[in-house]
Amino acid sequence: MALLGSISPLLTTGWSQGDAGWRLRDYEARGGYTQLKRILSGNMSPDDLIAEIKKSLLRGRGGAGFPTGLKWSFMPRSFPGDKYVVCNSDEGEPGTFKDRDLLRFDPHAVIEGMIIAGYAMGASRGYNYIHGEIFSIYERFEEALDEARAAGYLGASVCGSAFAFELFAHHGYGAYICGEETGLLESLEGKKGQPRFKPPFPASYGLYGKPTTINNTETFAAIPFILGMGGDAFLALGKPNNGGTKLFSVSGHVNRPGNYEVPLGTPFATLLEMAGGMRGGRKLKAVIPGGSSAPVLPADVMMETTMDYDSIAKAGSMLGSGAVIVMDESTCMVKALERLSYFYFEESCGQCTPCREGTGWLYRVVHRIEHGKGRAEDLDLLNRVTDNIMGRTICALGDAASLPVRSFIKHFKSEFEYHIEHGKCLVDPAAQSAGSGFFRAEGSL
Amino acid sequence: MLSSESLQKIDREIAKYPADQKQSAVMAALAIAQDEKSWLARETIEFVARYLGMPPIAAYEVASFYNMYDLEPVGEYKLTVCTNLPCALSGGVHAADYLKEKLGIGFNETTPDGRFTLKEGECLGACGDAPVLLVNNKRMCSFMLPAQIDALLAECK
Repeated sequence: MALLGSISPLLTTGWSQGDAGWRLRDYEARGGYTQLKRILSGNMSPDDLIAEIKKSLLRGRGGAGFPTGLKWSFMPRSFPGDKYVVCNSDEGEPGTFKDRDLLRFDPHAVIEGMIIAGYAMGASRGYNYIHGEIFSIYERFEEALDEARAAGYLGASVCGSAFAFELFAHHGYGAYICGEETGLLESLEGKKGQPRFKPPFPASYGLYGKPTTINNTETFAAIPFILGMGGDAFLALGKPNNGGTKLFSVSGHVNRPGNYEVPLGTPFATLLEMAGGMRGGRKLKAVIPGGSSAPVLPADVMMETTMDYDSIAKAGSMLGSGAVIVMDESTCMVKALERLSYFYFEESCGQCTPCREGTGWLYRVVHRIEHGKGRAEDLDLLNRVTDNIMGRTICALGDAASLPVRSFIKHFKSEFEYHIEHGKCLVDPAAQSAGSGFFRAEGSL
Repeated sequence: MLSSESLQKIDREIAKYPADQKQSAVMAALAIAQDEKSWLARETIEFVARYLGMPPIAAYEVASFYNMYDLEPVGEYKLTVCTNLPCALSGGVHAADYLKEKLGIGFNETTPDGRFTLKEGECLGACGDAPVLLVNNKRMCSFMLPAQIDALLAECK
C-alpha cells in the first residue's frame, strides 16, 4: 500500500485507515464527492469532462488497457432511450486482487467515478458487477450505496441538480468468463455468461440492447482523482502514453504479497523491493507480469523492465490487470503451467469449439508431461493446439489459455524436454517443497 | 416453497432492475434459495423460475453454469480452497492436503456425519492472502496455516 518517492498515494489514499475508513463521512473528509459537486454545479460540460479524461491518458485497468476517454466518447450521448454504465468488479484473473481492496477500503471513490461517468455519457443507471467469492465486499458496497443515496449523491436529482442517476450492485456467483465484458452483460441479464459476438460493441448494443459502457473498478476509482488534479498532472505522474499511478497485486514467492500503488513506468526491481524481495532470499526465476493470461517472462528480462503498458508489451508480455505473479528458482515450470491450463479448461464457457476442446487438449497434454507420460512430439502438439485456438474464438479466453502455454514452452523449453525425456522434474523435488514452503516461510506472516 | 423472508429478499433484488427485466434477478434469487435450502433441487430451481416468470430451463442453465451453486446436497459447511497458481506458490495446495487429511475426504466429497464438504476453488480473488478458503460461499478466511485451519474446524460444530 505504500508509494515510493515524493508522489503521494492517489487510489490508496484512504487505505491507511484500513477497515475504519470506508464510510461516506471518511471519504468526504478526504475530499470525496467534491469533483461530482463541482461538475454538477455547472463548471464542466460532459464534452470538457471527456476531454480531460482523454488528456490524462488513463488506460483501462481491467486488462485491455484501452484509453478510457476514447471509450467514453463512443457512447451516443444524445440517444434518447436508456443508457447504462457498468463497473466490472468480477475480479477472477488469477493473481489479481486489487479491486477487492479498492471496494473494501474506498467504495465511494468507485461510486463517485461511476456517477461522473454517467453524467459524461448521459446514462442514468449503473450496475457494479461484483465477484461472487467476495460476499462481504458486496455487502459493504450495498451499504455504501445506501449512504450515497441518503446523502443525495444518487437518485432523481443528484446533488440537487437536474441529473438523475441510480446505481445498484449485482453479485456474481463464480464464473471467470463474466470478467469478459459481454459475458458480464449476459450474466447481468440473468443468463449464462457466454460472451457475445462483436460487433456490435456494447456502446451501441449493450445491457438490454441499450448503449452501455463497461469499465474496471480501478478505472472508475481513478476518475475523481484525475478531475481533482487535472488530466495533465495525472499523465505526468506516469510516463507518456501511460498516465498515472497503477495498483499492482504482487503474489507468489515474495516476502510481502499485497497491493502496491506505483507510478506507471516504475522499474520492476523497485516493485519487487516494495513487496519485501524474494522469499527466503531465493533467486527470481520467472514473472507473469499481468495476470495468468499474460505470457511469462524470465527473470533477467523482468529485471530490466519497467511497469507500464508499453514497456511490458515490448518485453513480450502484457501489463494486463497488473497482477504480478512471482516465481523463484524452486518452481517447476511444468507444474506451474499445468495448474494454469487446468484453470482455463475449467473456466472455458464451452461456446466456441476451439476453446472448449482446445483447453482440454492443452490441460491433458501438459498434465501427462508433468506426470512423466510426456511424448517427444508433445511440445509441437501443444503449439499446434494453440494455433488452432488463437484468433478463432468469440472472446479472448482462448488466447488467454494459449499465451501461457506458448510462453512457458518458449522460455523454459529445457524443463519441458527434461520432463518428457526423464519422466521427472529438472528442479529437485526437495528444493521445490522447500521453496513454496509448508504454507509460508517462517515468520513472514 | 421458500420462506417469506427469502421471498422478501428476492423482491429487493428484483427492484434493482427495470420492471420488464425480472430475469436479471435470477442469480441472486437462486443464491437466496440456496442459502435457505442448502442446495438447489430441481423443484427449487423451478420455483425460482416461476417466481420470476422465466422458463425453468433458463433458470437451470444459470444454476448449472456458475460454480457456486450446488446442484447436489452438500455438508453443513462447504469449504472451498483455492489451489490456483498464485495460491499454490504460497501454500494453497498444502492447505488443501491438510484439510483432506484432517477430514478424511477428497475434493467433492462430504464427511460421513454430513458436516463438511470439500471443494477445490478457482481464483477467489484474494491471492495476496494465500492460503485462502471460503466457507459456505460467504465467509472468506485468509492466511490459513494449519493452526488456523484447526481453529476453523473446531468452530464449525
